[in-house]
Amino acid sequence: MKILVCITKAPDTTTKVTFTDNNSKFNESGVQWIINPYDEWYALVRALELKEAGTATAIHLITVGKADTEPVIRKALALGGDEAIRIDADSNDSFYIATQIAEHAKTKGYDMILTGKESIDYGNASIGAMVAELLDLPFISHVSKLDISGGNVSINREIEGGEETDSCACPLVISCQKGMAEARIPNMRGIMAARTKPLNVVAPVEVDELTSILSYDLPAQKTGVKMIDVENMDELVRLLHEEAKVI
Amino acid sequence: MVVVFAELSNGSFKKAAFEAVSYASKVAASMGTQVCAVVLGEASDVTVLGNYGASKIVQVLDARLNHLEAKAYAKAISDIAAQENAQVVVFSNNITAKAVAPRVAARLKAGLVAGAISLPDTSNGFVVKKSVFAGKAFALVSVKSAIKVISITPNSFPVEKSDAQTSVASQSVDFAANDFSVKVESVNKVSGIVPLSEAELVVSGGRGLKGPENWGILEDLAKSVGATLACSRPVADSHWRPHHEHVGQTGGTIRPNLYLAVGISGAIQHLAGVNSSKTIVVINKDPEAPFFKAADYGVLGDAFEIVPKLTAAFNKFKAAQNA
Repeated sequence: MKILVCITKAPDTTTKVTFTDNNSKFNESGVQWIINPYDEWYALVRALELKEAGTATAIHLITVGKADTEPVIRKALALGGDEAIRIDADSNDSFYIATQIAEHAKTKGYDMILTGKESIDYGNASIGAMVAELLDLPFISHVSKLDISGGNVSINREIEGGEETDSCACPLVISCQKGMAEARIPNMRGIMAARTKPLNVVAPVEVDELTSILSYDLPAQKTGVKMIDVENMDELVRLLHEEAKVI
Repeated sequence: MVVVFAELSNGSFKKAAFEAVSYASKVAASMGTQVCAVVLGEASDVTVLGNYGASKIVQVLDARLNHLEAKAYAKAISDIAAQENAQVVVFSNNITAKAVAPRVAARLKAGLVAGAISLPDTSNGFVVKKSVFAGKAFALVSVKSAIKVISITPNSFPVEKSDAQTSVASQSVDFAANDFSVKVESVNKVSGIVPLSEAELVVSGGRGLKGPENWGILEDLAKSVGATLACSRPVADSHWRPHHEHVGQTGGTIRPNLYLAVGISGAIQHLAGVNSSKTIVVINKDPEAPFFKAADYGVLGDAFEIVPKLTAAFNKFKAAQNA
């Protein structure tokens, strides 16, 4: 069984987000880049567990990004994974990115394509579903448990207002969230091995970007907290009712 | 035409569907066109969507659609959108939409904005505002394709009544066998609780509560004001509470009217997920807790002392309201 894991880089979760160029560009100076947590902790690590269990035979990683993405992809290779593909392009448009991944995947015979449930930067939660559509495959989102037997997956997924247990035949696309796997950190052997694993850089296919970001802004700062005395909860309730008007 | 997906939950519509139809009506009005609502599966009454501005309702009555099957949903919605010459397709950005809207966008070669928090600005192109960096910032996104797919953040737009004349049409979709390849083995729906993404009032607990055995006081507080429970990441990681209650950058991003945080210090990752809440109340014993800087109201002290007092105050308020 061959698995493709989609990886994107994201700013570390402690990043204080700021912008440059008249608020048209994310300020990358001083930003620590990480593997998007959902891609790493759940999609990649579950794929590794499946390989360790003997179910998966090959794990490929794919990312769409310029050369500055390579440290993140190398880190993913250090966790595990046999080889990586970097599509040499930079885009925020979901359709553009998904098309690049689908174009790569369509001739490779992957049994399963895994993504995180969303990226923590642009947060469109869209790549997995779009790749599935472009490849005419089933898509199961927000999966928290994934097992495989005999070419079939058995999964738990979150649905609106609850949870569902499903089964489906491979090939398919799955987006992963918490519950799938336990986070792990690369060990020295993995880091050394990652240096020599193949990282193939591929030119992007031509496709239009259907969206673009014009500018950014930051949420308005709160004007200041109003402190209420412990003994005066009636006053807090009154303020929530009369001033904030939320109850 | 503006096409909107009106999602069913056990055969009827929830608030998110009415929000989406109301939003679609405003988009349609600004473009001088009308709204067509798409309903997938069996429903008790679909004409109710007319009250929110749908002039046409197209229902696909196929029992297989009573369960979410992203591939089939996307085909049905795209087919109807194409047939209605849709310029814009609207979703409410919940778990269902996250599985379906991107597929629809890919089928229609439409630019997608997921998590929209504004109406489109059509003065120069088609520009929509959305949250990025898990709520730490906003972006203005320009959509350049002929058809646009907009998935709106729940709780961001009002439900508004309007008096459109409505017609209902039933439609069949030419599904392929492999459009239904996901087999549902069992479903476990939590009933009677408003999902976090839609909740107007949220009570959330952090490590300051010391252990899962202490959640009773938060449950009482949530009950007193009709709120949904949430928690911080360490709480979910320690399995004190189920994962779906986790809000923050790597959990759910929510924007309720009231977010009441108990024993949560307010790390930057947590704030990212909740700072769009209209009003934030923070209860914490640490005067240096960063959350106080992001709060509208704060109470400094021991949660175990404050929470029961606040519960009593809410109950008293409610009794007075009902009197």
